[in-house]
Amino acid sequence: MNVVLQKKQSAAEARLGAMALPQSAAWMMSAREDALARLRAMGLPSGRDEYWKYTRPDSLTKAEPDPAAIFHSDEPRLFGQIDRLKIVFVDGAFDAEASDDLEMAGIEIHRLADISATDIHWSRDLFELYGTLEARGQSPVERPLAALNTAYATDGIVIRATGKAAKPVSLIYLHNSETSDAILHHVIRVESGAELTVLENGPAAARFNKVMEVDIADGGAFNHVRAQGRDHERRAVTHTFARLGEESVFKSFTLTANGVMTRNEAVIELTGDNAVAHVAGAAVGDGDFHHDDTVFITHDAAGCESRQVFKKVLRNGATGVFQGKILVKPDAQKTDGYQISQSLLLDEDSQFLAKPELEIYADDVACSHGSTSGAIDETALFYLRSRGIPTADAQDLLVLAFLAEAIEEIESEEIAADILSRLQGWLARRR
Amino acid sequence: MLEIKNLHVKLEEEDKAILKGVDLALQAGTVHAIMGPNGSGKSTLSYVLSGRDGYEVTEGSASLEGADILEMEPEERAAAGLFLAFQYPVEIPGVGNMTFLRTALNSQRKARGQDEMSAADFLKLIREKAKTLKIDADMLKRPVNVGFSGGEKKRNEILQMAVLEPKMCVLDETDSGLDVDAMKLVAEGVNALRDAGRSFLVITHYQRLLDHIKPDVVHIMADGRIVKTGGPELALEVEANGYADILAEVA
Ligand SMILES: Nc1ncnc2c1ncn2[C@@H]1O[C@H](COP(=O)(O)OP(=O)(O)OP(=O)(O)O)[C@@H](O)[C@H]1O
Ligand SMILES: [Mg+2]
Repeated sequence: MNVVLQKKQSAAEARLGAMALPQSAAWMMSAREDALARLRAMGLPSGRDEYWKYTRPDSLTKAEPDPAAIFHSDEPRLFGQIDRLKIVFVDGAFDAEASDDLEMAGIEIHRLADISATDIHWSRDLFELYGTLEARGQSPVERPLAALNTAYATDGIVIRATGKAAKPVSLIYLHNSETSDAILHHVIRVESGAELTVLENGPAAARFNKVMEVDIADGGAFNHVRAQGRDHERRAVTHTFARLGEESVFKSFTLTANGVMTRNEAVIELTGDNAVAHVAGAAVGDGDFHHDDTVFITHDAAGCESRQVFKKVLRNGATGVFQGKILVKPDAQKTDGYQISQSLLLDEDSQFLAKPELEIYADDVACSHGSTSGAIDETALFYLRSRGIPTADAQDLLVLAFLAEAIEEIESEEIAADILSRLQGWLARRR
Repeated sequence: MLEIKNLHVKLEEEDKAILKGVDLALQAGTVHAIMGPNGSGKSTLSYVLSGRDGYEVTEGSASLEGADILEMEPEERAAAGLFLAFQYPVEIPGVGNMTFLRTALNSQRKARGQDEMSAADFLKLIREKAKTLKIDADMLKRPVNVGFSGGEKKRNEILQMAVLEPKMCVLDETDSGLDVDAMKLVAEGVNALRDAGRSFLVITHYQRLLDHIKPDVVHIMADGRIVKTGGPELALEVEANGYADILAEVA
């Protein structure tokens, strides 16, 4: 057996030694045990792994999280003006007081902690979905921290959308303890023709491991917008696993402002013809900010469209990482795949590391990808200033212009305006 | 209005002198034209006046209504009333033309201690100005100059000028790349702004523009200096005979 794997496995054993699987009903227990077995076989990620070449996994894998100070701001709460179903977790613990009743037209919604304790439920199918997409997503690339999540998640939200959801489901992750370590796992099934929007915002914990599995049936539509918390020292590893049926739509946008460690993985499988998947991200950070978008999109059906748009603004030595892959299987003819990853480096100390990949086995496809890294356009800056716009304002205009293509991926204008105001707040604090 | 005295300018990066003692004085309400061979320093003069990086003033001065503009940041010069219509307008992807113009106008108003203009008033203003320049609503919504044709870019410069209402307008080859009708539109745009309190410095290679925008004074620039100054007939002379005679005469 190879030495590297042995090391990773013993790291896993050392980490797991102190952890107990949360008590659950038998069906859930077996899903957790399967995930645990996957994790034991893979071991924890190591800095030697090709997939972790640009992002050190240590702070995400070690037993105790590093403490993270809590960020205070008097800005209005994000999504505050949007009519939504609020569900609040504080350091990973469900807050019933602060949450709305788990009831809404068009969806069935439950806490994972509730349904995992019982064996009788409205949808046996949904039970069985827990960990399924995560397990599928372990190949061809291993994602041990997602398996760890499936095994140990303490709570989360389980949603089955059967119609057009009356309003967005808004998951709010508050962070009150400087040393909290939270593991949440959401499972979402969008039935045929159903539509659902999920919003997420907040830092969640000093360290946050989150998995979201989204299974979209034929003709279903899922929209996702999240803003990760601005607590500078917080760390997060998140995985979004999505499977798309025929003519279904998946759209996800993430804003990341601050955070010493963020690894966001999106693993998307287009399994039905003419499905559409868009993943986008805008990340802004300074200093020891480290942000990693790792995306894997598999086209396994004909006529599907996928789009990846990732933009990062980096200052004062911040690091941005992008690993994005489009895999087009032999039968996925007429695939339309687009990928762009760009960084705007506001100084010479910051760096952007990008690894775009295309792997194509079908012959009739249109795939394009591009990756760039550059500074503020001085000519444009002068043009704006020559019209009377002060330097700082002109620079902010150009930063927002750079991010525009990613923000345009947000469907709702109202939500996009909210995200934009967050970015403006971030820029204003850096004056 | 604008007074330039013995202005010497070199490139910041290398020891190359470009302006070698420019003298120019524009009274309020007048239109001056500058003509001159390629590379004589016309655009450089306009850039130095507006504060672009890369140039170093080694001697001389430039003042706008008595205030030393060379000490000011580009945005301060704009707020003080200076406007440059660029020879090569810049494309700015991601910044909407309307947002850009409104930000510019309100920045200038703020710098001058005036109230910001409301969105509604601004919309009214820009619609009216755009209409006279035949700029359609679609162009206003698009990102600044992105995908604009050469002529559209130049008309967009004049639109900005019309909205910002500067006191001192420098137009660098605004006529180049314009078709005959567009040139008339631009000239009408400029003429509509002519006012006792406003001056224009029009850089051009062609007499044709000056048929529409009648200059009070015409200057010839060569090798970084104003070598000859005269009335509108000077432009006609250049049109007919080129620069050879004039340059020979002053050599
Ligand atoms: N940034 C620069 N780097 C190098 N050379 C420069 C720079 N700016 C100006 N020059 C040089 O200075 C001289 C004057 O240029 P300028 O653009 O001012 O000429 P112009 O009179 O506007 O010419 P044209 O009629 O062709 O527009 C040219 O020789 C040009 O190459
Ligand atoms: Mg020129």
